Amino acid sequence: MSSYGNSVRVTEARRVAIFGGTHGNEMSGVTLVNLWMKNSAEIQRKRVETKPFITNPKAVEKCTRYVDTDLNRAFTPENLSATGGDDLPYEVQRAQEINKIFGPKGSPEAYDVIFDLHNTTSNMGCTLILESSKDHFNLQMMNYIKKAIAPASCLVLLNEHPLLKYSTSRSVAKHPVGLEVGPQPQGVLRSNIFEAMRVILKHALDFIELFNEGMEFPPCTVQVFRVLERIDYPRDANRNIIAMVHPNLQDCDWEPLNPGDPMFQTFDGKTIRYQGTGTVYPTFINEAAYYEKQQAFTTTRREALVASAIRKV
Amino acid sequence: MEPVSFPPLSRVAICGGTHGNEMSGVYIVREMQKQKVDQKGSVSITTVLSNPRAVDACIRYTETDLNRCFTDALLSGPITDSTPYELRRARELNAQLGPKGSREAVDLLCDLHNTTANMGMCLILYSFDWISLHIYKYIQSKMTSPPVRAILFDIPSSEAYSLESVGKHGFTIEVGPQPHGVLRADIFNMAKEAMDLSIEWLQKFNSGSAFEGGEVEGYTLVRSVDYPRDPTTNDITAAIHPQLQDNDFKLLHKGDPVFQSFSGETVKHEGEDLYPLFVNECAYYEKKIAFHLTKKITVTLPSISVKAD
Repeated sequence: MSSYGNSVRVTEARRVAIFGGTHGNEMSGVTLVNLWMKNSAEIQRKRVETKPFITNPKAVEKCTRYVDTDLNRAFTPENLSATGGDDLPYEVQRAQEINKIFGPKGSPEAYDVIFDLHNTTSNMGCTLILESSKDHFNLQMMNYIKKAIAPASCLVLLNEHPLLKYSTSRSVAKHPVGLEVGPQPQGVLRSNIFEAMRVILKHALDFIELFNEGMEFPPCTVQVFRVLERIDYPRDANRNIIAMVHPNLQDCDWEPLNPGDPMFQTFDGKTIRYQGTGTVYPTFINEAAYYEKQQAFTTTRREALVASAIRKV
Repeated sequence: MEPVSFPPLSRVAICGGTHGNEMSGVYIVREMQKQKVDQKGSVSITTVLSNPRAVDACIRYTETDLNRCFTDALLSGPITDSTPYELRRARELNAQLGPKGSREAVDLLCDLHNTTANMGMCLILYSFDWISLHIYKYIQSKMTSPPVRAILFDIPSSEAYSLESVGKHGFTIEVGPQPHGVLRADIFNMAKEAMDLSIEWLQKFNSGSAFEGGEVEGYTLVRSVDYPRDPTTNDITAAIHPQLQDNDFKLLHKGDPVFQSFSGETVKHEGEDLYPLFVNECAYYEKKIAFHLTKKITVTLPSISVKAD
């Protein structure tokens, strides 16, 4: 019998995976997963099987984001069912292998939770990425993590946008959780960033253990930032960028950007201002990997999501 | 010290993209080429994207580090089918901007670089190059925040391996911190200002200004320190300690922490007090360098002016 009105029943999270190296040059995840593959004591919890896994070993070997195509965009239904074997791009082959081991995506056999470890060159601090506003289990986990690391901050980015949402490695699981920690240059391992990610995972696994033991989590409200729009750099006819993220916007992830605020600075010092209709909260500001994806930053709006009470089935 | 005079310095080369993912130089050179900048007063300017293939792919290099290809030995000798792209490119650059050591070489070669290390604005130059040292002194007097520093090398020209050694005089402008593949406006503006001041100095020099001598301070390399590594896999087993991270140029004393292992142990600095730099530079992991250790030296400069005809 639940102590709370409408408690959502969720199956026990028995199988959990921790992905590192989905982008081969994002070093916190690569290092943590390699560490845990050698010695997994730190990630063991009662009633949970936790599997650390390097998703893109060729990219890790070359310390590059990807070899043929971005693995973290590769888990589309078309790719997962494509035929062609060795002729397929490396990452599409990898996506199919990962889907076999940890999925199939969308089926009852899929892993319960996948944590996908990422770094960004943007000044985003610790960010958890949520793919569905209706995943009460994930919302409760994120609420737990935020409270556990307070006063240190951990923000939640919700990417549920029908056009901007993408098919991530973690989307194979029933409850996909993205961990994005920055700023860190690609190819560099910063101790503070590495330890911050480690602490977040510790709390995430603690939550799963408590949940699996039968703890009921009361309803809660989680502040999230919902993805609105992708803003590209101003470019010339040859698609070369003609302005840089403005010094007033650089490093100001999650801070309000108002219409009229400086947004870009041309190479000869002129200011280009934000022309939107209202205040937005930019994130992924000046991420190295997004120049080729035509993205200088992403706009978000703040929203409060209510998570139902949850309890294991 | 006796004043020294030099002939006019009328030909300068501005190089960017020597490492294809160090974005300030790539965009400064691209902009200058777009604006067709080829003359500023008495100074004729050649702009060069040193490693176009690496720039296109936004990587440091395709086969081998271009900025290690300019020793006399590597610039001569046969070219075969298996000669790496960057070695061929080094020969092309030497023909275009040199030849190194000859009268035809450009008067000044200024090579633009970025680092992931928190080094602010640095010039890297040769301690016997009085022109470059005077330009450093000039830039230092005009750019006060962040402070401008000099890293001084004392190797004979024949053994000098980097691009700026091709010019009669030359230095690298190294600005950080900036992730590779990222273009930051603040870093771009700093690099551009240093480059503009260098050209301004040349114009003043050519028009007859005398530049007073004096003492300048710089840092010279003592040794480099690698990451602690696993003896079987060679994987690193520690990260730069949080107290050293971002503290380039802050004096390291014996007992100060330098690494923090993944299992939490601290590795400490042994030996004499030294200044660390290039702390946690991305490209140096493969060169087995976690940071360089340097000492401060003082160089006395003579006054210089242009040789009257």
